[in-house]
Amino acid sequence: MKQFAALIKRLDTTNKTTVKVKALSEYFQQASDTDRVWTIALLSHRRPSRPVNTTLLREYAAELANIELWLFEDSYHIVGDLAETIALVVPQTDEREENRSLSQYLEDMIWLKKQDEAVKKEYLQKEWSCLPYYERFVFTKLLTGGFRIGVSQKLMTRALSKAVDIDEDILAYKLMGNWKPQSISFQELVLDERSGDMDSKPFPFYLAYALEDELEELGAPKDWCAEHKWDGIRAQLIKRNGEVFLWSRGEELVTDRYPEFDAIKDLIPDGVVFDGELLPMMEGKIGTFNDLQKRIGRRTVSKALLNKIPVILRTYDLLEYEGVDIRTESFIDRRSKLSKLIEKIDNPVLGISKIIEFDAWEELHTVRANARELKSEGLMLKRRDAAYKIGRKKGDWWKWKLDPMSIDAVLTYAMRGHGRRSNLFTDYTFGLWRDNEAGERELVTFAKAYSGLTDKEFRAVDKFIKANTLERFGPVRSVVPELVFEIGFEAIASSSRHKSGVATRFPRILRWRQDKKIEEANTLDDLKSMIIE
Amino acid sequence: MGEKTLLKPGNYTSENPLLVFNNRGIYCPQADVYIDAWKPVNNCIISHGHSDHARFGHKHYLTHKFNVPIIKHRLGDINAKGVEWGEKIKINGVVFSLHPAGHVIGSSQVRVEYKGEVWVFTGDYKLQDDGVCQPWEPVHCHAMITECTFGLPAFNWRPQAEVMEDINTWWSDNAAEGKTSVIFAYSLGKAQRVLKHLNTDQGKIYTHGAIEKMTEVLRSIKDFPETELITRDTNKKDLLGNIVIAPPSAHGSPWIRKMVPYETAAASGWMAFRGARRRRAVDRGFVLSDHCDWQALLKAIKLSGAEKVICTHGYTDIFSKYLRTLGLDARTEKTQFEGELLEVEKAAV
Repeated sequence: MKQFAALIKRLDTTNKTTVKVKALSEYFQQASDTDRVWTIALLSHRRPSRPVNTTLLREYAAELANIELWLFEDSYHIVGDLAETIALVVPQTDEREENRSLSQYLEDMIWLKKQDEAVKKEYLQKEWSCLPYYERFVFTKLLTGGFRIGVSQKLMTRALSKAVDIDEDILAYKLMGNWKPQSISFQELVLDERSGDMDSKPFPFYLAYALEDELEELGAPKDWCAEHKWDGIRAQLIKRNGEVFLWSRGEELVTDRYPEFDAIKDLIPDGVVFDGELLPMMEGKIGTFNDLQKRIGRRTVSKALLNKIPVILRTYDLLEYEGVDIRTESFIDRRSKLSKLIEKIDNPVLGISKIIEFDAWEELHTVRANARELKSEGLMLKRRDAAYKIGRKKGDWWKWKLDPMSIDAVLTYAMRGHGRRSNLFTDYTFGLWRDNEAGERELVTFAKAYSGLTDKEFRAVDKFIKANTLERFGPVRSVVPELVFEIGFEAIASSSRHKSGVATRFPRILRWRQDKKIEEANTLDDLKSMIIE
Repeated sequence: MGEKTLLKPGNYTSENPLLVFNNRGIYCPQADVYIDAWKPVNNCIISHGHSDHARFGHKHYLTHKFNVPIIKHRLGDINAKGVEWGEKIKINGVVFSLHPAGHVIGSSQVRVEYKGEVWVFTGDYKLQDDGVCQPWEPVHCHAMITECTFGLPAFNWRPQAEVMEDINTWWSDNAAEGKTSVIFAYSLGKAQRVLKHLNTDQGKIYTHGAIEKMTEVLRSIKDFPETELITRDTNKKDLLGNIVIAPPSAHGSPWIRKMVPYETAAASGWMAFRGARRRRAVDRGFVLSDHCDWQALLKAIKLSGAEKVICTHGYTDIFSKYLRTLGLDARTEKTQFEGELLEVEKAAV
């Protein structure tokens, strides 16, 4: 644990990628095999599920720190991170002779999940009292969630690649899929060359960058294909040896959540991998992301929900065909195999994203301008002769999204941020005007946003909030309505769950409208007029 | 040592308190004297030399004798009288005396006594002996006006020796990589505290002008390791492997480019928070504060024997609420004291 805590500390004290890769790669050279496997698991979102809920964690920690729960909660609101708060308030009163390894702690956590509360409490309070501060913090972080130390799976893979001298792309492929850190050795996971039992393995996704320059600078239109960019979940559908596997972009195996695909598995030939977008499709029309959201979290899906919000895969690429990896073939060749295959399967659950025909770039401007009516987020541009690459690469694929819709809203509530921003009020709630029953104008909450300002602007807004607080509700403060911000969002839909009756997708602050008075902010009716039914 | 005799119950009344808070500062109506006033007044007792406590424009300043050269250095030619620890100053029946606060050199708690009733204004203070200033001493009182900059159970300082060892290790690690170490610290207090405990065997200690001047003022009171002021003539190569002490305002200034290649660090109580460490614009953050941590605040209040506690700056609401659960008569008052600022961040604005 000492070694792993020291690694996290090193990663946490630098912003430089080279230093992070160096620290990780040195760790991978020194750590034991089991610790290495667990570290790979942790840095690729494979942590064991939380053994103790946070309510209990708070109670146990407050008790050990000998403070009342309200004081623990108040401290937590200020520190902004539960694991850090626990590590800070709990005193180290004991010491442990042996240094227990990371793997031992993670195996403890799997064991702990099944224990009753008394055992959980005793175990946690004992560990908290004998671990030194930083190890206590890391240990508690393992219990509660992500580290946010700026180490992506890709960066971890690069460091591992340096440590074991195996090509990064090969490693990325090896580390995908449904392996369990408890039951796989470092040899099997990283070092061994695999043959069989790779059926479920997806390919790393090829991701596009946003188009930076003018469309015209991409070169000759004849070298490019265009498609709509759908607002669903990127996914790979695999059929090998009689089984289907569905992977979402977060490299999560989600086959069970979308039984639509298992139902048609006999129609799909073996040895194919599709790349496409999961979309909610109701009576031939694409639903909103909000609809899809109702399916995303559900591990078991009821018949009623399945009928209400059926999901399809709108395919746009074919990565494996007749058991052969065809990623190096040209996009246009893969597409031609794809369309023949989809035609043959002939089932609405597997659609195809149409190629948009165009001769001149100007034509695409018109298509893009009408994208929103088709529930599309904009266009994807793909070079006709491009291979399917790994990860986010520039050059052959570009996304050309619509400019976000936007509206001017008034800051009404604020909360402290998390992590890096825990000392500042950076999580905001915004309101729009509407007339209430008495005919008076009032602000109604329509969205929350916590990104889009510079650090300097955040500090200025934070200062305003602290000086203009009306009321405090736990961590939330209501603020004198005075500041106006332009809020951008990707999509909009009616919603009965929201007080305003409107749900926006990915709202964020576009800019601080210091030139506007609150009277000039938009109304809820302005927002509603943007909804396309 | 502070007053050890047990006090009789206080006879203060809420209509007629010994010290009040008005728009100019903390005021003693009976003596017509202010303490650490933030607007110009006639008579002002100054707890210590930081600019939010020692302001310009008062007619008469009274402070500890060690603080006189400090505030004269900062405020210029002022009318300042210095007194000894525990020396009694009687004004219209009110007895004032100053007692060590352990915050920075010359920092005092202000004891105010009238008709057997004793109030103490702590100023900024810490209980840990920093090896530079006169260590804090408890002062028995009925009512205590305390800061609580770090009044949250999340703040627990490590011993100074451990933190200084970390700083010295950081310096030697940088030196091994051929880099200059630049540490940001307040020119009064933190700078000398760090300076006093740097390992001079590791190399030379350079200073920014603001640090050099204040340290020069304090050398008449305390011994410090030798420092060298960085001037236009300082050779860049001479800095490599050595350490530079600079005020937070130097961060990101053209002045600092001379140090390339360098690593930066800040020493502050706020560095206990990961968020603050990450948001800071420096490479390393050391947790080192001249204020009390949670346990120290509680200990100080307990040792004072105060029944009534007024919290001024810091996490006042939370801290006073907690004190009320301990059965104390605790409340908060608004002042213009700033406590310990997130130094480098403030400088970056």
